[in-house]
Amino acid sequence: MKKSLPWACAVVLAAQASFSFGADAARGKQLYESRCIGCHSIEDNRAGPAHKGVFGRKAGMAKGFDYSPAVKSSRLIWNERTLDRWLANPEATIPGNKMGFAVPDALDRADLIEYLRTAK
Amino acid sequence: MNQLIVPGRRGFLSGTARLSAVAVALLAGKEALAAGHAAAQADSKDVDILNVALGLEWEGINAYTLGAQSGLLQKPVLDTAVRFQADHKEHADTLAGAIRKMGGKPVEAKSLADYAKALKADTLKTQADVLNLAVRLELGATNAYLGVIPAFKSPALAQVAARLAADEVMHWTILNSALGRPLPAGGMPFGA
Repeated sequence: MKKSLPWACAVVLAAQASFSFGADAARGKQLYESRCIGCHSIEDNRAGPAHKGVFGRKAGMAKGFDYSPAVKSSRLIWNERTLDRWLANPEATIPGNKMGFAVPDALDRADLIEYLRTAK
Repeated sequence: MNQLIVPGRRGFLSGTARLSAVAVALLAGKEALAAGHAAAQADSKDVDILNVALGLEWEGINAYTLGAQSGLLQKPVLDTAVRFQADHKEHADTLAGAIRKMGGKPVEAKSLADYAKALKADTLKTQADVLNLAVRLELGATNAYLGVIPAFKSPALAQVAARLAADEVMHWTILNSALGRPLPAGGMPFGA
């Protein structure tokens, strides 16, 4: 039992190291097309900014999109953790932003984020 | 494909009555939030959400313009598209009026060319292509309205969002039927 403990810890740490562990980009695409497509698209700015290249990008930098001052002045870089915080509670993440839409379920967020990772 | 439910004059008249009820609800929401700094902040956030919704309505109005101008829609589909566009214009007027009453500035529509580019209007080659675009936008708008309901500080505005979502569902259902598609399996398919 004692010998197996480090392995168990390693598994837990590996899982924690990546939010995308087990995340399903295909399901994320379905969720995106159901919930996000009202305001967003991958390629073009609509009511919300385009998501192409969002992963690793500084918040408020989609070309040609009219961001709120709050998002423009934010120093967030979009990655698994910041996107997860944002989607869980946009107002708590960047107070004063314009997005009123949250994704309360953690699994849904993980799948959406995994899909956004592919939007290059 | 051409068998759509074409709304009659009575439907348009009831739509006018619906606008008045919405306007009353919006005014009630404004009055309820009139006092204090916290209320002002709530107003500001609600205005932001309303402006995003207005942006969606502008997009919907222009999408139906693109569809109508494409020459791809035939009667009675064209008549129904024009009717749905009128609904979206009514939504936009209601939202813009509420934003102004709350001290905000309504977002303006972009140019038709901008919407054509964003919606890839150049790829529309058949009536079914136009209907598919409309179905996608109506579903997106439905889910957007349902998704922002919990974020409204004003219950009256949350109710308005729910009523707007109901209109979008009505549009989606008729367009989906025109495409010959079945109803969704199971209950509560929207907002999920």
